[in-house]
Formats: sequence, C-alpha cells, structure tokens
Amino acid sequence: MENSINIKLKVWRQAGPKAKGRFETYELSNISTDSSFLEMFDILNEQLINKGEEPVAFDHDCREGICGMCSLYINGRPHGPDDDVTTCQLHMRKFKDGQTITIEPWRSAGFPVIKDLIVDRTAFDQIIASGGYVSVNTGGIPDANAIPIPKPDADEAMDAASCIGCGACVAACKNGSAMLFVSAKVSQMALLPQGRVEATRRAKNMVAKMDELGFGNCTNTGACEVECPKGISLANIARLNREFLKASLQD
Amino acid sequence: MSSTLGSSIVKKLLMSLSGLFLITFLLVHLTVNSFLLIPDGGEFFNAGAHFMATNPAIRVIEPLLAIGFLIHILYGIKLTIENRKARGSARYASGKKTTGVTWASQNMLVLGITIAAFLVLHIAHFWVKMKLTGDPLLEHTTITIGGVETEVENSYALVNYTFSYLWVVIVYVIAAVGLAIHLSHGFWSAFQTIGFSNEIWRKRLTVLGNLFAVLIGFGFSIIPVLQYLFYQG
Ligand code: HEM
Ligand code: SF4
Ligand code: FES
Repeated sequence: MENSINIKLKVWRQAGPKAKGRFETYELSNISTDSSFLEMFDILNEQLINKGEEPVAFDHDCREGICGMCSLYINGRPHGPDDDVTTCQLHMRKFKDGQTITIEPWRSAGFPVIKDLIVDRTAFDQIIASGGYVSVNTGGIPDANAIPIPKPDADEAMDAASCIGCGACVAACKNGSAMLFVSAKVSQMALLPQGRVEATRRAKNMVAKMDELGFGNCTNTGACEVECPKGISLANIARLNREFLKASLQD
Repeated sequence: MSSTLGSSIVKKLLMSLSGLFLITFLLVHLTVNSFLLIPDGGEFFNAGAHFMATNPAIRVIEPLLAIGFLIHILYGIKLTIENRKARGSARYASGKKTTGVTWASQNMLVLGITIAAFLVLHIAHFWVKMKLTGDPLLEHTTITIGGVETEVENSYALVNYTFSYLWVVIVYVIAAVGLAIHLSHGFWSAFQTIGFSNEIWRKRLTVLGNLFAVLIGFGFSIIPVLQYLFYQG
C-alpha cells in the first residue's frame, strides 16, 4: 500500500477580479495519501512562499465540512471526485500517483472571481438577508415540547438545514441557478410552525432577490443535487415552487 | 402579483403549463392517428378526421394550441438565453464530470428546435392542404358513420400518399424520437415545476414520464413506418 504520491497541479491563477487569468503548473512530491486536499494546498503554498512566490489564494475556514467556505472545482467536479464531501474533507487517497489535478474556481456569472480560486459569494448572503430568517423576540428558552412537530417534518427540515451555502450547486449548474440553495433555505423554515408565520413573504422575497442577482432559471437537470456535499434533495425545489406559487396566488 | 410576474418560477410555470397542454394534445393526436392502423381503407380514420374537422370545440382548441406552442417556444428560447447569461462565459477547463445528469435535461432547446422544425414540415404536409390550399387527394369520399352515409374529405388518401415517400417517413421517425427524448425529461420536470413532486413522486413521475415518452415516440414512429411498408397500393 503506497502512502505517498507525486502529483502535478494545474491551478487557476488570477491576480484580481478584472485581471486575465491563466493556468499555472506545479509539481508536488511525497504527498501523504492521508493528507486532506487543503493540507496538500498548504504544502504547495509553503513551497511557493519559500521560493518568494505569491501563494495560491483559496477559501477555507472550518476544515471539517460545516462552514461552506471551501469551494474548489477539481478535475471536472465541484468539491472533487469524492461524493457527498466538501473540498476540505476530500483526501489525497482519492488521487493516483503521477496524476494531473486541475483546480479551478466556481464559474458562474453570479460568483465572480476575486482572486485565484476565490469567488465572491456575497450574493448568497444577500439572498439570506432578503428572507432566510425567522423574526422572533428573544426571551427565555421555549420549552422543547411546547410545539409538537411531526418527526418526518422535523427530519426533512433538518436535512434542508444541513445546506452550508458553499455554492457547489450553482457551480455545477448549466443554468447558473441557485434554486437548490434557495429551496433548502426556504424549506428548512417552511416545514416548521415557527417558519410558517413569514412563509409567504420569505418565498417571494428570496426568489425575487435570487432573480435580481442574476442567477438562472432552474430547468430541473439535477446536477446540483449530485454535486451537493450535503445531499440536499431536489424535492426541496418542488417545495420552493409550491411555496412561491401559493404565495403569489395569495395576493 | 405584478412583482412576481417576471419571476423565474412564473416563467417556468408557463413552460410547464404549456408543456402539459401540449402533452394532452399529443395524447389526443396519437389516439386519432392510431386509427390509421385499422386496415379498413381509412374509413375509421376519415370518420375521426371528419369529427375533428367539424367539431366546433376544435375551432377554439386550434388557436389555443397555436398559442400554447408559441408560449412554449418563446419562453423556451427566452429561458435558455437568460440561463446562458447567468452561467457566464467562462468554461471549466477540466470539463463537467458530474454523473447521473440526463442528456435530455441538458439539451431541451436543441430537442425543441428539432420538434419545431418538424412542425413546420408537418403543418405544410397536412394542415395547409386540409385547411387552406386543398389537394386533389382530399376528393370527397363516402363513408358510413353510425349507419348514416356521410360525405367526407379523404384525409386518409393524403396521409397514405405522404407516407409513400421514404424520406418523409425517416423525418417523422427522427422527430418522434426527438420528441420522446424531450418528454423523457419534460414530463417529470413539468410536475416538479408546478410543485407536484417529492422524494416518492419524483421516482413515480420519472418512470411514468419515460413510459409516456416511449409510447409517444413509438406510436408516432410506427404509424408512418407501417403506412410505408404495408398500406401502400
Ligand atoms: C409537442 C411538442 C412539445 C411538448 C409536448 C413539450 C413538452 C415540454 C415539457 C413538458 C417541458 C418541461 C417544462 C418544465 O420543465 O416545466 C418542456 C421543456 C422545454 N421545451 Fe418543450 N415541448 C414541446 C415542444 C417544444 C418546442 C417546439 C420547443 C422549441 C423551442 C421546446 C423547447 C423547450 C425547452 C427549451 C424546454 C426547457 C425549458 C425549461 O425546462 O424551463 N419544446 N417541453
Ligand atoms: S445546496 Fe448543497 S451545494 Fe448548494 S450551497 Fe447548499 S450545501 Fe452547497
Ligand atoms: S472549510 Fe468549512 S466546509 Fe470546507
């Protein structure tokens, strides 16, 4: 069992939002197959810094698959060749000795490149700000059993809530659509009584913001669901359509 | 409502409803066409065509159908253009290796344009001749409808003659296959768009959609093929 590999990286380098980017090739040797993809990147950057070169800019934060910051398009897939994991949880054992790995930023008009592999995903924050919350007056902690919620609803809401806002869905979509993300954010609340109060407004405002920011129209290809590291289901998009159409009929 | 009219979901709703309307039309159309396979020299088919031509409801439905097609085509083009823009011009150098995405779902416009191109030919073959210019082949013929002798246009003769050309048959089969592929995605997608889907129904609708696509594709192919092979002369 081989436990270290030599690899060749083709990395997208772009000095700034307006600059013209290009691929740069780097060779790395003796990379432990136990290291994570981002640890491999740390090694690359350390070498670049030691050589006096500019390190590769990439997004990351928690490195445990919960924050949604990491966002690399690796060898033809968002978050790389492994299923249902984020880039930070991808390991080098998924690659072969001597393999060339191509790494690109998310590419979609809604996510412009800031630098190298970092894209601007503030559009998602704007969508959340337009309705992805529940307005409550904070007070004492409510009793956990005060509002009974059917188990299937609670489960589905929890599944929808596992969206980490990474944007892989948009990156994979031929239409540059953010529907999987928005549907998860609408569903996690639409399924719960606390969220129903503002459900109408939420669905309309979040969809309006999504459209305004230039994301595409969903044609149900399902690429998003395949590439989502959290397995967010297309069923959420059907729910969002329902919520939105119901809300539109109400006024 | 005004604020939501231009919304992506409303545009998709129009796609879905027009698509579902066209699907019902296809069912009716295929049913009438299946009469072509009854080996009675076209009598039953002529009766069916006569009923369709003289039925007042058809006079309302025909323009509706045209509007349905128009909405579907215009919005299909509009959505595709908007989606290209949303996608941006940059492409992935490492390609797209996402598995499990159907070819049909990624090529709805191409398939649609194939259908539209066929539609022009199809309308020229039959509708123009039956409704506008007339054709010597449509010379009246007498059939018995429910025991009553009725004089009707011989639509069967025109259909039969049209399908005596091999190239026509080939074009019809290609269009039927294109339509079937369009529907293999379109059917379930239309229900997803109106919100009628979830984990369970998605599976059911895809199976049903594929069955429907095969029925439509096979049905509309087999009629010209059999007409060409066995119903000439
Ligand atoms: C009898 C003919 C046709 C039928 C039954 C049909 C049916 C459908 C259905 C059911 C959908 C799914 C709608 C949805 O996802 O909500 C669809 C999508 C689509 N159709 Fe058609 N269609 C037909 C002809 C055409 C034609 C002539 C075009 C030409 C442009 C076209 C272009 C499209 C496009 C681009 C889509 C994808 C758009 C989207 O999903 O939003 N179709 N079609
Ligand atoms: S739906 Fe999935 S792919 Fe899209 S942002 Fe949420 S976690 Fe990422
Ligand atoms: S770095 Fe937080 S999810 Fe990958």
